[in-house]
Amino acid sequence: MRRLATPRHGGMLALAAIVAVLPLFLPNDFYYDVAIMAGLNAIVCIGLNLLIGYAGQISLGHAGFFALGAYASAILTGTYDWPPAGALLAGAAGTGLLAFVVARPIMKLSGHYLAMGTLGLGVIISIVLTQEGDLTGGPDGMPVYGFSVLGWEPSTALAWYWIVGGLLLLTVWLAMNIVESPVGRALRAVHGSEAAARTAGIDVVHYKALIFVVSAVLASIAGSVFVHYRGFITPSEAGFVHSIELVTMVVLGGMASIFGAVVGAAILTALPQLLTFLHDYEMLIYGAILMGVMIFMPRGLVPAIQAWIRSRAR
Amino acid sequence: MSLLTVQSLTKAFGGVTAINDLTLSIRAGAIHSIIGPNGAGKTTLFNLVTGIYRPDHGAVTLDGKDITATPAHGMAALGLSRTFQNLQIFFNMTAAENVQVGMHRHCDHRFLPAMLSLPGIARRDRELAEKAAELMRFVGLADYVGAESDSMPYGALKRLEIARALAAEPRLLLLDEPAAGLNPAETAEIDDLIRKVGETGVTVVLVEHDMKLVMGVSEHILVIDNGRLLAEGTGPEIRHNPDVVAAYLGEEGRTL
Repeated sequence: MRRLATPRHGGMLALAAIVAVLPLFLPNDFYYDVAIMAGLNAIVCIGLNLLIGYAGQISLGHAGFFALGAYASAILTGTYDWPPAGALLAGAAGTGLLAFVVARPIMKLSGHYLAMGTLGLGVIISIVLTQEGDLTGGPDGMPVYGFSVLGWEPSTALAWYWIVGGLLLLTVWLAMNIVESPVGRALRAVHGSEAAARTAGIDVVHYKALIFVVSAVLASIAGSVFVHYRGFITPSEAGFVHSIELVTMVVLGGMASIFGAVVGAAILTALPQLLTFLHDYEMLIYGAILMGVMIFMPRGLVPAIQAWIRSRAR
Repeated sequence: MSLLTVQSLTKAFGGVTAINDLTLSIRAGAIHSIIGPNGAGKTTLFNLVTGIYRPDHGAVTLDGKDITATPAHGMAALGLSRTFQNLQIFFNMTAAENVQVGMHRHCDHRFLPAMLSLPGIARRDRELAEKAAELMRFVGLADYVGAESDSMPYGALKRLEIARALAAEPRLLLLDEPAAGLNPAETAEIDDLIRKVGETGVTVVLVEHDMKLVMGVSEHILVIDNGRLLAEGTGPEIRHNPDVVAAYLGEEGRTL
C-alpha cells in the first residue's frame, strides 16, 4: 500500500483512472477529438520534457520529428502499400537515425545557440516536406488510409481514444522508469552541472544525444498515430508554430515533471476549444491565462501544486 | 613511487601562458598541497590534469599510464576525482542523489534495462543509495541525508562535493580550495576530514590559500608561480624558502 502513496504509483493510478473514466463525460465526437489530440500531444511532450526539463536541452524543432513520423506512415502505407504498424516502426527508426546523426554536432551547442540550431533543423524538415511534392503532395498535403493491426481497424472515435490512451499510459510508465534510474540521474546531472557530471564519469555528449534521439522517436510515433487517426497530413504540422506550442505545453505543465507534460498538453489542447464561446476574445483570454500561470507559478503547474501539497502536509 | 606526474606541461590562453613548462610529481599515499599567488596557474593545472583543458605541450601520467588525451569523463574510471573552486552542485537533486551521481561508474546505466525497469536496476540502485548515505555520514553530513541540496548551507555543500568525489572511489583526489569561504571552525572540520580521507589510503592534492590548513595538513607542499614550479618540500622548508617569500611578498620580503 505504501508504494501506492508515492508520486509515481499514485500518479500512474490517477492517470489510468482518468483515462478509463473520461469517456463517460465525453458527449460527442468533437470532445473525443480534443481528448485524442491532448493524448498525442502529451506523448510528444513527455519525450520533450525528458530533453528540456530533465537534461536541460532546448529543442524548437520537435514538430519536425512529429511530421517525419506522420509522413513516413502516410507515404509508406499509401504509396508503397506497407502495413501501418511496419510503417510506424520504420518511421520511428528513420527519425531516430536522423536525430542520431544530427545530435552529435547540434548537442555541442547550448542555450540560445541550441535553440537556433534545433529551430533550423525543424525549418529544414518543413521545407523539404513542402518542396518534395511528388512524394508528399507538397503544401496541399496528402490523404492517408486507415490504421489496422492484425486485421482489426479502429473505426470509431472511442476505438482511437483507447489506442491513444493506452499509448499514453505506456509512455508515462517508460518515461518514469528512465527518470528514476541511473540514466535519469545522469540526465539531471548534465542539467545541473556539466563540469561535475563529467568529473563523475558521465559522458555528457552521449547522454544529450541519447535523450534527443529518444524524444525524437516518441514524437515520430505520435505523428504516425496522428496521421492514421486524422486521415490527412499537411506540412504545417512540421511548422515552427507547432514546435513552439509543444515547448509551451512542457513549460506550462512543469519542467522535469512527467505528469506536468501530460497536464500541460491536456490544458493547452483543450483550452482553445473550451474558450470558443468567447468568440473575439478567445486568444486574449488564452494569452492572459498563459501569462498568469507563468507569473504566479514559474516552475509550472504540476511542480507548483506538488509544492503546495507538501507545504500543507507539514 | 609517484602516482601522478606532470611532464613539461604548457598551456597558453591567447597571449597569457598560464602553465609554463611545468614538471612535477605527486607521491602515492600522502597529502600534498599546491600553493601560489593568485593567477599562478593552480586551477589551470587541475583542469589540465582532469582533462577539462588540453595542454599545448607536455604529458600527464597517472600510475605510469599516459592520460594526457583522456577525456574528462574517462578520469573517474582511472581513479582520479576532484572538487571545484566554485561549487558545482546538482541543485536539481537531493543531497544523497548528488553523491549517487558520483557513483556513476559503479551504476548499471544501460538504457533499455532502465527504461523497462528490470528488477536488478532498482535493487542495485538502492544499494548505492545506502552507500551514498554512508559517505555523507563519513564527511559529517548525517543530518542532510534526506535534504534537498538547494536548502543546504554553503559549508555543508563544500563537504557534499567531497562526498561526491569520494563516491567514485578515487586513488587520487584533487581538492580545489576546499576551505574557501569557510569560517575558522568549519575550516578546522575540513582539516579533520582531509586527514580522515588521507588515512583511508587516498592520495590527496589540495589547492588552498588558507596557510594554516596547508601547513597543518600537508606532508608535501609544491609552490607554483607564473605557471612554473618555484619550490617544493615540507612545511618548514617552504616557509623559510626565500624564493617563496619573494613570490608572496615581493622582493623586499627577502629582507624581512
